[in-house]
Amino acid sequence: MASIAQPSSGLGQTVRKSLPAYGFLSPWLIGLFCLTAGPVLASLYLSFTNFDLIQTPRWVGTANYERIFTNDPKFIAAMKVTFTYVLLSVPFKLAFALMLAMALNRGIQGLSIYRAIFYLPSLLGASVAIAVLWRQVFAGDGLLNAVLKWAFGYQGPSWISNPDYALYTLVSLSIWQFGSPMIIFLAGLRQIPQDMYEAASLDGAGPMRQMFKITLPLLTPVIFFNGVIQTIEAFKAFTPAFIVSEGTGGPVDSTMFYTLYLYLEGFAYLRMGYASALAWVLVVIIAFFTAFSFLSAKYWVHYDD
Amino acid sequence: MTTEISVAAPAAAPPSVFAGPPKGIKAILLHAILFVASLAMLYPLIWMFVSSLRPEEEIFSNPSIIPNHIDFSSYWRGWTGLRFSFGTFFWNSLVISVLSVIGNMMSCSLAAYAFTRLKFAGRDFWFALMLGTLMMPQHVVLIPQYVLFLNLGWVDTIAPLVVPKFLAVDAFFIFLMVQFFRGIPKELDEAAAMDGCGPWRIYWRIMLPLSMPVLATTAIFTFIWTWDEFFAPLVYLNDMGSYTVQLGLRAFVDSTGKSDWGALFAMSVVTLVPVLVLFVLFQRLLIEGIATTGMKR
Repeated sequence: MASIAQPSSGLGQTVRKSLPAYGFLSPWLIGLFCLTAGPVLASLYLSFTNFDLIQTPRWVGTANYERIFTNDPKFIAAMKVTFTYVLLSVPFKLAFALMLAMALNRGIQGLSIYRAIFYLPSLLGASVAIAVLWRQVFAGDGLLNAVLKWAFGYQGPSWISNPDYALYTLVSLSIWQFGSPMIIFLAGLRQIPQDMYEAASLDGAGPMRQMFKITLPLLTPVIFFNGVIQTIEAFKAFTPAFIVSEGTGGPVDSTMFYTLYLYLEGFAYLRMGYASALAWVLVVIIAFFTAFSFLSAKYWVHYDD
Repeated sequence: MTTEISVAAPAAAPPSVFAGPPKGIKAILLHAILFVASLAMLYPLIWMFVSSLRPEEEIFSNPSIIPNHIDFSSYWRGWTGLRFSFGTFFWNSLVISVLSVIGNMMSCSLAAYAFTRLKFAGRDFWFALMLGTLMMPQHVVLIPQYVLFLNLGWVDTIAPLVVPKFLAVDAFFIFLMVQFFRGIPKELDEAAAMDGCGPWRIYWRIMLPLSMPVLATTAIFTFIWTWDEFFAPLVYLNDMGSYTVQLGLRAFVDSTGKSDWGALFAMSVVTLVPVLVLFVLFQRLLIEGIATTGMKR
C-alpha cells in the first residue's frame, strides 16, 4: 500500500515504515507461528502417524483415518452422542432464549433484574461446580427425585447412571444456560423500528401476524448468528460430560462427547496420532457445518440491503 | 389524569401487544410467568447453597430452600478435605487468572492498535489470518502444543496456561478491540503525531486511556473464563499443589464420591463466589459485552 502511494520510495522504505507496526504485532505473530500455525501443521502430520509421546512418531499413512471411519465403535458412539446433544440442546436453547427475549421486550418493569437472573446460569454454567450440582440434581437420591416424590409420590430412577437418560440430563444443563443468546436476541429486537409495528397494526395485523411478518423475519440475522455460535460451542462441550461421568463417558458411553473421547485417546491412552486424526475430523465436521449454514443463509436470512 | 386515559384507551386502535408496555391484568400475568421462570432457573443454585448449610443427613430428603438451622461445618470439612487446602487452589487460580488478564489486555491491544492505526505491508493479509484463527477449534492444536510445552519443561507449571495469553492467542479480544478502536476519532492521534508523538506514545497516552470500556470488558471476561477453565489445567497440571480451584473441586469429587455432599456443595459454592461477586459488581458491563459483541457466554 505504502509503496503505491509514494512511487519514489523503494522496498527499503516500505520495510522501514512497516517496522513499528511489526513491533506492535510481534507478540501476536510469535503466538501465531509457534502456537497456532506450527501446531496446525504438526497435528496434520501427527494424524498420519502413531505417536505415544515417548518414541518418535511412526508414519502409518491413512491408517488412523481408516480406523476411525471403518473400525471404531467408540467413534460411532461419540458421534451419536455429540450429534444428539447438538441437535437437541441448540434448538431448545434458542427457542427458550427467543421466547423470553420477546416477553422481556415489551417495556416491562424490572427488565434489568429478570435479564440478570436469566443470564446468571450462562455465566456460571461452564464451571465444575455446576456440573457437580447437576450430578446431584439427577442422582438417584437427588433433588429431582426428591421433588417428584414430594409432589407426586413417584420414586424416579437414578437419571445420571441410566444410559437411557444420562445424555438428556446434560442437554437440560445446556438449555438452562439460554441467557447469553437471550441477551443477544433482546439487543436484536431493540433494533426493529417501532413504527413498523404501528403501521402494521393500523393495517389491521394482529399480534400473531406481526410476529411472523415483522419480528421473526427481521430477527433472522440474529437467529443465524446465535445458531452458528451455539452449535460450534455445543460440538466442543467437555466439562459437564467429564464431571458427570467421572471422566469415563459412561454409563455405556452414553455421555461420550466427542471432545471427551479425543481427550481420553490422547491423554489417557497416549494415542496422540490417533487423537490428532480425531481432532481433524472434528475440524472438518465443524467447517462443513459452518459452510452449510452460510450457504443456507441465502435462503432464509433476511438482510436489509 | 385517570379520566383522560380511560377516555383515550378504548379508541379504535386495534389491540396490539407492541403498543406500549402491557398494563393491568396482562402485566400481572406476565410478571407472574417471569417470576416463576426466574425461580425455576435459580432454584438449583439456591438449593445448593442452602444444602451446603445443612447438616449432612438432611440434604437429600429435603428439596426445600428454607434452612432449618445454619451449620457451617461443611465449609470447614471441605476447605481442608484434601492434601492441599482450597486456599492453595484459590491462590493458584488467582495467579493464573490475573496474569491472563494482564496478558490479554497487553498483547491484544498492541495487535489491535497496529491493525487499526498503522500502515504496513501485508496488513490485510495478517488481518484476514487473524479472523481465520477465530473460527478454529482449539482441539486441533492441542497435541502439538502439549508436545511443545513438554519439551520446554513447562508441564506442571502455569506457563502453558499463561504465556499464550501474552502472545494474543485469544484473537477474539483483538477483534473486539479493533471494533472499538475504529470508533475513536483519528484526529486525536493525527494531532498527537503532529506534536511529535511516535506510535508507541500515541498507543500508550491516547488509545489506551480512551479505551477503558473495551479494556474492562476484556479484563472481566478473561478473568471469568480463565477462572472457569477446566480443560487446559486438566491437561497441564498434574501435581495437586499446582491445581486450580476447578481441578481441586474435581479431585474432591473423586475423593469424597457420594459420601460427603455437604462438603462438596460447600466447596462448589466457594468456587463460584468470585464469579458471583464480579457478576454483581459488573453486571451492566457483562450484559452489554454480550449484547454488543455476541460473546458465547
